[in-house]
Amino acid sequence: MPVTTIADHDIHVDAEGFMTEYDEWNQQLGAALAAQIGIEMTPEHWKVVDFLRTDYKDQGETATLRRVSTVGGLPTKQLFVLFPKKPAKKMAYVAGLPKPRGCV
Amino acid sequence: MTTIESAPLVPSFDAEETDRKLAIICSKGNLDMAYPGLILANAALGEGVETHLFFTFWGFDMINKKTMGDLKFTMLGNTATHMPQGLGGLPGMTSMATRQMKKAIADLDVPEVPEFLQQIADSGGHLWACRMSADMQHLEKEDLYDEVEDIISASDFIEKTEGAQMLFI
Repeated sequence: MPVTTIADHDIHVDAEGFMTEYDEWNQQLGAALAAQIGIEMTPEHWKVVDFLRTDYKDQGETATLRRVSTVGGLPTKQLFVLFPKKPAKKMAYVAGLPKPRGCV
Repeated sequence: MTTIESAPLVPSFDAEETDRKLAIICSKGNLDMAYPGLILANAALGEGVETHLFFTFWGFDMINKKTMGDLKFTMLGNTATHMPQGLGGLPGMTSMATRQMKKAIADLDVPEVPEFLQQIADSGGHLWACRMSADMQHLEKEDLYDEVEDIISASDFIEKTEGAQMLFI
């Protein structure tokens, strides 16, 4: 499994660059990951990331967009504004989680 | 095996910035035939693909306020259920099969049709209704789901989706 260095953190990632070790993530790293994909974190972004991390811990699976809106209470429209174009994958990346596997 | 990358390994989300467009023609009003279009539209939107859905003929049931929450699944004529065809014609079988399919869909946390259309609209998807189907069924825009942008002719739809990949369901 590749190791890559982002903002002085050595992290384990998959072939695409998604983090594979839940515990290697911290907030400072999250902000650095966001910067890598052109996103500047705001409190609204952190709300999404916090939900994803907590939900992953409970469920063992990355939440889909639908779950973030129905369970996390963060509207779909807003997710597309915060993480443009590919919200589900971008959110997962910043949160240091695998891509969501669900279809919906 | 561990390798140390010199440049950080980052997913290339925007590297393949394209003007990819997807157009889906929904022509069926059965519960089981409503979902493929909705699921693909939702997936495409999540990948940043501009997506248009055109509802025509029986597909109108998916956006008609009177029917959209009440689509049905029947075993009749569907050999893929691997049940005797005669069974599907017994009274109550269609509602039972519908109930079971709805439950299976809900168990996967996949929304019902109206909610799914809302999710697609919230994700930036475009919903269009077919002019001829509206005329045939004597329906106006206010009879249709609120997120339907307009009732348009087939040629208008073709014009709007220039360059799109097209799916007929």
